[in-house]
Amino acid sequence: MNTIFYIAAAVALISTGIAVSGRNAIHALLSLIVSLLSVSIIFFILGAPFIAALEVIIYAGAVMVLFIFVIMMLNVGMEKEMENRWLNPRMWIIPSVLSLILLIDFIYMLRAMTHPEAAGRIISPKQVGVSLFTTYVLGVEISGVLLLAGIVGAYHLGKQRKKVIHRFLKKETAETDESENIKNS
Amino acid sequence: MITISVEIQILFAALLFLIGLIGLLVRRNVIFMLMSVEIMFNAAGMVFVIAGAHWGQVDGQVMFIFILAVTATEVSVGLALILQMFHHFRTLDADELNTLKEDN
Repeated sequence: MNTIFYIAAAVALISTGIAVSGRNAIHALLSLIVSLLSVSIIFFILGAPFIAALEVIIYAGAVMVLFIFVIMMLNVGMEKEMENRWLNPRMWIIPSVLSLILLIDFIYMLRAMTHPEAAGRIISPKQVGVSLFTTYVLGVEISGVLLLAGIVGAYHLGKQRKKVIHRFLKKETAETDESENIKNS
Repeated sequence: MITISVEIQILFAALLFLIGLIGLLVRRNVIFMLMSVEIMFNAAGMVFVIAGAHWGQVDGQVMFIFILAVTATEVSVGLALILQMFHHFRTLDADELNTLKEDN
């Protein structure tokens, strides 16, 4: 089990380093997802399966999809020769190899976990839920209010004021705006 | 389960935090800065989980769930701010936002 921890930790450090030092935002996000997956494996080893699942679902799922949406909307730095870049194996081979290492790690860990003595101090999701809704119920309420504030704030900040930035639509909308102005005048 | 000492586990979390901090200080692209903040949040939450696993208590995992909620809020608001920044300034470089700076 110690070897699994060290392998996952090494993969996490390497992929985080790649994610921070990358040039292209999408490739950096791919490496960051690998890093989050390896951190999730570490949580699983530490006896926190619920947190491991949450890490994959919320971090690697929801938050990273949000990042990808914004990068796609801004469309920065990937306007030319996209297919050439995507077909270039240099770009996706490193995250793929790291994910493969993680997959082998994970399968080995699942096989090792079936031994009864290996299942030591695992904190079950039930215990977490009971503690969350009895001892920390005030914190749950407060984080609910925080999430509401986040929704309202993101909606307010994300509103666009008649300014379309997409490069295909830019010219047409500018023309229509001008024609509308002429009509109004 | 694992027999690694808790110091090494916390050292790993600290290294992850350090990578995020270096990324936040070095990179000038706001998307990468937000990603570095994510890494730092993740490392901080990992320390909670490590401590909770060390003492065999559930409180560490509960704290990680709270950190998760805070992170989700921070990311959504931060990304909306990045969109607004791109609309106004047509750039993602944090150093370009020097409207308030005096001309020397």
